[in-house]
Amino acid sequence: MIAFLKRSEGLWLFSRSPAVILATITTIAILIGAVFAPWIAPVNPYDLASFSLFDGLLPPLWEDGGRPQFLLGTDDQGRDMISSILYGARLSLLIGIAAMAIATVLGVSLGLAAGYYGGRFDAIVMRIADVQLALPAILTALLIDGIARGLLPADVQQELRVWVLTLAIALSLWVNFARTARASTLVQMNKDYVQAAIMMGQRPIRVMFVHIFPNILGPLLVIMTVDLASAILLEATLSFLGIGLPADSPSLGTLIRIGMQFLLSGEWWILWIPTLFLVALVVSINVLGDFLRDVFNPRLR
Amino acid sequence: MLVIKDLAVKFPNRFGDVTAIEDVDMVIKPGEIHGLVGESGAGKSTVGAAVIGLISSPGYIAHGELTLGDTDLRSLTPEQQHAIRGDRISMIFQDPQTSLNPLMTVEDQLIETIQTHSDVSYSEAHKRAVDLLEEIGIQNAKERIKAYPHQFSGGMRQRVVIALALCTDPELIIADEPTTALDVAVQHQVLDLIRELADRREIAFMLITHDIGVIAQVADRVTVMRNGKVMETGETKQVLGNPQHPYTIALMDAVPPLDEKIARFRLPVEEAQAQAVADKGVKAKEWLLEGEQTPPMGLDVRNLTMRFRGARTSLFKKPESFTALDDVSFTVPGGTITGLVGESGSGKSTLAKVLTGLLTPQEGSLTLGGEELPLGKARGRLHPSRRLTQMVFQDPYSSLNSRHKIGYILAEPLWLYGLIDDADERRAMGAAMLDLVGMPPDAMDKYPHQFSGGQRQRIAVARAILARPKFLICDEPTSALDVSIQAQVLNLLKDLQATFGLTILFITHNLSVARQMSDNMVVLRNGRIEEQGPSEQLFSNPQAAYTKTLLSLTPTMPKEWRQAS
Repeated sequence: MIAFLKRSEGLWLFSRSPAVILATITTIAILIGAVFAPWIAPVNPYDLASFSLFDGLLPPLWEDGGRPQFLLGTDDQGRDMISSILYGARLSLLIGIAAMAIATVLGVSLGLAAGYYGGRFDAIVMRIADVQLALPAILTALLIDGIARGLLPADVQQELRVWVLTLAIALSLWVNFARTARASTLVQMNKDYVQAAIMMGQRPIRVMFVHIFPNILGPLLVIMTVDLASAILLEATLSFLGIGLPADSPSLGTLIRIGMQFLLSGEWWILWIPTLFLVALVVSINVLGDFLRDVFNPRLR
Repeated sequence: MLVIKDLAVKFPNRFGDVTAIEDVDMVIKPGEIHGLVGESGAGKSTVGAAVIGLISSPGYIAHGELTLGDTDLRSLTPEQQHAIRGDRISMIFQDPQTSLNPLMTVEDQLIETIQTHSDVSYSEAHKRAVDLLEEIGIQNAKERIKAYPHQFSGGMRQRVVIALALCTDPELIIADEPTTALDVAVQHQVLDLIRELADRREIAFMLITHDIGVIAQVADRVTVMRNGKVMETGETKQVLGNPQHPYTIALMDAVPPLDEKIARFRLPVEEAQAQAVADKGVKAKEWLLEGEQTPPMGLDVRNLTMRFRGARTSLFKKPESFTALDDVSFTVPGGTITGLVGESGSGKSTLAKVLTGLLTPQEGSLTLGGEELPLGKARGRLHPSRRLTQMVFQDPYSSLNSRHKIGYILAEPLWLYGLIDDADERRAMGAAMLDLVGMPPDAMDKYPHQFSGGQRQRIAVARAILARPKFLICDEPTSALDVSIQAQVLNLLKDLQATFGLTILFITHNLSVARQMSDNMVVLRNGRIEEQGPSEQLFSNPQAAYTKTLLSLTPTMPKEWRQAS
């Protein structure tokens, strides 16, 4: 096993690129922070009793007037910035990963089947994908959000907000997966091992998932990482525009929207700290995605 | 005159330097064709790349001398090297399809090359280009020179590539597998042209190839390489006719002769040991024989016609169809091997796909062992012929799923056809079968990429046999393999066929291989059968003009050379 690790091309490349190592550390740190937010964060930003208005608008520790218990300062409500960001990242990552998962399952199944069966089925799926691609992601999200508002009673709406948002993001991302899966499947279909499996009389579903799927995983993994970053960004955009999550359960995007109000009034930290945090997260994930692509596709190196 | 002395090329990687070639000595005189022969990975192309100064990064020449005439090639600056390339040394690549720029006319490409290397006016360069094309045998050169590469046929395109190499009147031309991508007839013409140029223009040729027949046909001298080292070198007649080195002897034994059928290929000692291991596959053998109680099944193909829809040329006209198989009828008698030969585009692979049900023909019928086979999509997933008919594919690199372990690949037919219900039992049978095809049982837990092409082909054969088929289709099973590996795989197929009474349809473009394998022969050309009959009769006394030409053009060694070995 150790000999295998030593020879592994991916690990070797990894150990030689500081940017990728930094990106990995950042991503893992943020992930841990987000997952364990309830235990790590100093206060619970959802619990109104845990903070006080008198602590409002305190600057970070290193500025004049900063206090040790609020390392990165507080917002106008007196909420600790660190806690808000950790909880916000938790929500953002949850929505991002869930959306990506839904998009992967939907896109890969449709793409695989389209590539395998070809003909009319392929044409229909890919035309739907084209139409989807013509609609901007925000428009799709607005549409679904609108439908949800129209159909669901107000109290259910609040509860399902996160899921409506997730679904909206997933629907605007599946096309990428479908296209990649279809293109890779078409390549594999010409290979003799697939022909052999079909010839032997194996069931189509088995050929698709047992034979073809493991062989197209490489490009899909790359798309998954890159699309995770876009899902997080998309969520932030929607929340920033006010279509996403409400202010009482803030995601990173909501935090940035709140911070916008203080942009010109001197309290820079309320806007800039969540923004930098989001940028760091998205850039790290994208760097990882690039790295994965290099590993799976040595010709691009 | 090219002199190579004690040449070594190394490729550094993160585990240290890998030696690609070492101790290579060679002298090529003007007008001499020096064959460089060896199996894949022997370092043949690296020698050529070192001479022309195009070793792919990060490789480098570790030591040695390279002199062309009185120029020391190693002491040149990159600029001087660049000037020499294409001027004094030219190169001909394997695939004429990719070595010409598809967006430039032949005229532009020739004139560009001529003007790069000599200071002549456009009209003079043009005149020289036309003369060149005429010299290499392109008729009506004045008109044809305006054409784009895709408007030439494969052989003509390779001629154009040769013309490009000749533009500057080089002293040395390095030809790296110049005829490998070409059909027999075209290969013959290109080799003749090379011979003629060497004689007339006194050009030295380094002819890199894996095909010993090609060497035998045109080369004056030959160097045999293996694992980056020179095994044997000397005059072609001497080296091939009376080989001294054990490797050369083994290599010569593995070359299938065209003019007689030999029972088995003689193989070197290591292989004999592998054969001894094969005797251990008793379990698999017994299990297979148990399934062989029924008599062998023959295949009957009647009036098969397969048309493909052509490209649409107009929105309003129906696209013209392309006939890949035209009224093909033949019989594969049970328990025998029938060879199906033809050049590329003759419809061989289409026929294989029709037989396996991957394509639906427009007309015709198939009968396997007296029972009619449904055609194409009409043949259900569970039809018994799915098991009875198995196939060994051409490319062992793509016919095994690279994400599955060998054990899984081998168990699949047993599970799918319900031959063995118990998973452990399936595994044991897979291992026994590996034994039978001469592979160590520890291969079960490895992935396909851990094996060489020949080993993979053995695994592919094992997978096919595990379905207990009665009828095996082998689609060019050895054309992706080196000649010594080819001999092993052919021996294996012969043994299996003899032991289990299989009926085999052996598809190949190589007449020598076909002769070694088949009892009956079918010669296919442009989707039509040119000739068919018992193979000995067909080879000794061909009837169709096409078969005669094919036989006469296939490069082969003089008989007396082979017997001397």
